[in-house]
Amino acid sequence: MRFGVIVFPGSNCDHDAFYATSHNLGQQAEFIWHDSSSLGAVDAVILPGGFAYGDYLRCGAIAKFSPVMKAVKRFAAEGGLVLGICNGFQILVEAGLLPGALIRNRSLKFICREVHLRTETTRSPFTSLLEKGEILRLPIAHGEGCYFADERTLDELEAEDRVVFRYLDNPNGSLRDIAGILSRRRNVMGMMPHPERASDALMGSTDGLAVFQSMLAVGVRA
Amino acid sequence: MSTITITPGLVAQHQLTADEYQKIVGILGREPSYTELGIFSVMWSEHCSYKSSRLHLKKLPTRGKLVVQGPGENAGIIDIGGGYVIAFKIESHNHPSFIEPFQGAATGVGGILRDIFTMGARPIAVLDSLRFGRLDDEKTGARNRRILSGVVAGIAHYGNCFGVPTVGGECLFETCYDGNPLVNVFALGVCRKEDVFYAKAAGIGNPVIYVGARTGRDGIHGASMASAEFTEESKQKRPNVQVGDPFMEKLLLEACLEAMQTGAIVGIQDMGAAGLTCSTCEMGSRGEVGIEIELDRVPQRETGMTPYEIMLSESQERMLLVADKGREDEVYAVFRKWGLEAVEIGVVTGDGKLRVRHHGEIVAEIPNRQLADEAPLYKRPYTTPPVAAAPESSPSVDARNALPKLLAAPDICSKRWIWQQYDYQVRTNTIAGPERSDAAILRIKETGTSIALSLDGNGRYCSLSPREGARLAVAECCRNLSTVGALPVAATNCLNFGNPERPEIMAQLVEAIEGMAEACRFFDTPITGGNVSLYNETLGEGIYPTPVLGIVGLLPTAAPVTIPFKNAGRSIVLLGGAGSCDETRFGGTEFAKEILKEVWGLPPALDMDLERRVQAAIREVIAEGLAESAHDVSDGGLAVALAECSFGGAEIGAQVDLDSDLRPELLLFHEGPSRILISTSNPKRVAAIAEKHNVEAPVIGTTIAKGLEIRQRGITLGAWELSSLKPLYEKALEAHV
Repeated sequence: MRFGVIVFPGSNCDHDAFYATSHNLGQQAEFIWHDSSSLGAVDAVILPGGFAYGDYLRCGAIAKFSPVMKAVKRFAAEGGLVLGICNGFQILVEAGLLPGALIRNRSLKFICREVHLRTETTRSPFTSLLEKGEILRLPIAHGEGCYFADERTLDELEAEDRVVFRYLDNPNGSLRDIAGILSRRRNVMGMMPHPERASDALMGSTDGLAVFQSMLAVGVRA
Repeated sequence: MSTITITPGLVAQHQLTADEYQKIVGILGREPSYTELGIFSVMWSEHCSYKSSRLHLKKLPTRGKLVVQGPGENAGIIDIGGGYVIAFKIESHNHPSFIEPFQGAATGVGGILRDIFTMGARPIAVLDSLRFGRLDDEKTGARNRRILSGVVAGIAHYGNCFGVPTVGGECLFETCYDGNPLVNVFALGVCRKEDVFYAKAAGIGNPVIYVGARTGRDGIHGASMASAEFTEESKQKRPNVQVGDPFMEKLLLEACLEAMQTGAIVGIQDMGAAGLTCSTCEMGSRGEVGIEIELDRVPQRETGMTPYEIMLSESQERMLLVADKGREDEVYAVFRKWGLEAVEIGVVTGDGKLRVRHHGEIVAEIPNRQLADEAPLYKRPYTTPPVAAAPESSPSVDARNALPKLLAAPDICSKRWIWQQYDYQVRTNTIAGPERSDAAILRIKETGTSIALSLDGNGRYCSLSPREGARLAVAECCRNLSTVGALPVAATNCLNFGNPERPEIMAQLVEAIEGMAEACRFFDTPITGGNVSLYNETLGEGIYPTPVLGIVGLLPTAAPVTIPFKNAGRSIVLLGGAGSCDETRFGGTEFAKEILKEVWGLPPALDMDLERRVQAAIREVIAEGLAESAHDVSDGGLAVALAECSFGGAEIGAQVDLDSDLRPELLLFHEGPSRILISTSNPKRVAAIAEKHNVEAPVIGTTIAKGLEIRQRGITLGAWELSSLKPLYEKALEAHV
């Protein structure tokens, strides 16, 4: 399987996503520069963590205008797998590929720590190898990770089984403890915690690898 | 050349003495222009020229078999094998962080990161050594809390966005840092051995290229500000503090590393303190060439900037490079890709001079070598530091109450509130991050090996004896590395002291450097670079002499040995034994400071030979996989170390019985070095290794669930539930902030 890792000038988890998919997962990975208008022949796209264009305005607010995001939108519309991690999640909501917004952590501080997540649905290409209710131990590292949406959107997300992960110990004030969500077609997922940082034992947890393995399972089937 | 007349008053305003001014006139063979006066004043400031410390810094050992580059470049470099090297250095940003904590600390991080990647190395780790005034002080507490919050947020802002993990450090609180916090930032990068770049200009006719952010009026005279004491007027110096843009720095990093790969770059240096002035004359001086620049071509953020302002600006995120003539376009293409400005502003010449033009007219013309390397050198007078006598006897205190108090003391308690604001994992190399082990551990993916890092300094010890305090800092730093199984190999230092023009302060500096030199030589950890920060005084009050060591160790990549006990029923071994201490040596401890509220005497006694043997033993114990946990005994002594080992998630504590003649307070809380607590399931093998190294290694007890109990020869000194102790340790800092 071939993973494309989008590189914005301020991406800084791009190498980590690359390493997790190539070295830890044993698949092919390539970087895709932010001003590319095509994604090439990739089977899945990862929008990595970082500070896309500095994010001095609002996280992801400028990234949504980048040429590569047009290509990502097309790819998603065609049913391609898109995973947004941390800043990648922020960009996906800004770009309208996922609903809601990510606002400043309730503490108003950047938080880097390990959190526990409950897997809320396995009906997704990102969690198919997990058990419903399975607890994952993953790190977070963000200043603006508080998931926010109006009640109707939240109800809709729940009704359509699109909440993928919930925090057991909500670190940032996210509404309904939401840590990750799916698009309506279930081929786009955004999550604040970092699965790529928990995909080899030396980093303290391999729980994140299941996300990539699930993608691989789907990719191989297709 | 300039219409401004140089008067003695103007010279004094530039913090140059009359003698220094005469030296300038001698070098130029004429009166300097206003721009030239500015240029000399920053290059000859204490911050840039080390004029008070240089003489003594020569005493430090700087060579070793792994050292590729010692002091004199932007960072030191050592060989870690496998064709790779690491570049690292520590630098202070104390003065700016007091005036504007957030930006002062942020640009401190930015500055040291540029020092690393200007050498071709990608930064992979940052650590910080911080000192603040007491947070609970009635008068100054609110300001100290504001400074702490600002500094931590500034470090987080810059490092997190740039994408370098902040993996460790230290943070201590003393009244003497009330008006003068210390912000020392250590950064480390990795690169292939053949990819190292130097800040050296070469090749007459080669273009001099300016890259990165535009030049503004910010930070003018930052270097001279850092070379003066603070007064009430210091707040007016706020415009001297620069504003950091970590995103710009990230672009600069990627663009510089990519441009270096083209092979078209000859030499490169960041514009840090003293900006364009420093980068031009230092690169010229190192390459023994001249550099001529035209200021009209310098990208400027503001209109109407004078040559003086352009040359002295300390705007951040700028670099100067020399490219191969004819290959400029390869360099420009890379910078264009990253959306950065790259402009040819001058040329390398053969006359050894820094020649600065503005609208075509020469506004400064100074020989590079004299400007960069022949700053005045002072042999400042110094006395011997005094020693405070020990009290007749210290009052007896119940350990039962003292331990909980110490665990909540600001120096000892968990610093989670700080490090949780730092991304300590980005780049997925952090095997042991903050507070997991005695040292931070990072894997180097490229080589398959790992490095361990620690920063240490104890101003209180150094205030009692700068020489012994500096030796202790080296020993502790090495011990922290050995306690995770790493072999210490090289060091960098940051020397934070008061006004060197006072003989008693100068004495502290000299003694500390000599102590550090002796210990670094002994432990075979040469100093490969560093920074001296003097004039750390506010309103006549000096800080404690605070030398900070950053030492790097090498180890195989493996699961880390961490601090907490893991399983009940394991033997607890105190490698190095209970140690010895008397009343005099007890006066510098956390117990003296926090419980007795009095500091006296001398720091703990260090037997360097014993220290070396203990460290060799622990490394061997770890290499054989015998240590389930390891933690050295330091601030707060044995009782605090035992408690810290008990605060892991597994809730495993200890039951120990100590066989010692020491008075209970001394036994529990003395801070004698050369001691390491380990838990093991094979105490016999540990004992055999210890014996081989001629080190005591008594089994002092067993790990147990949920509690901590300490006895001395059968008599209980204290027993605690972990559930009551742990929150004190974990929540104390948060409660203070």
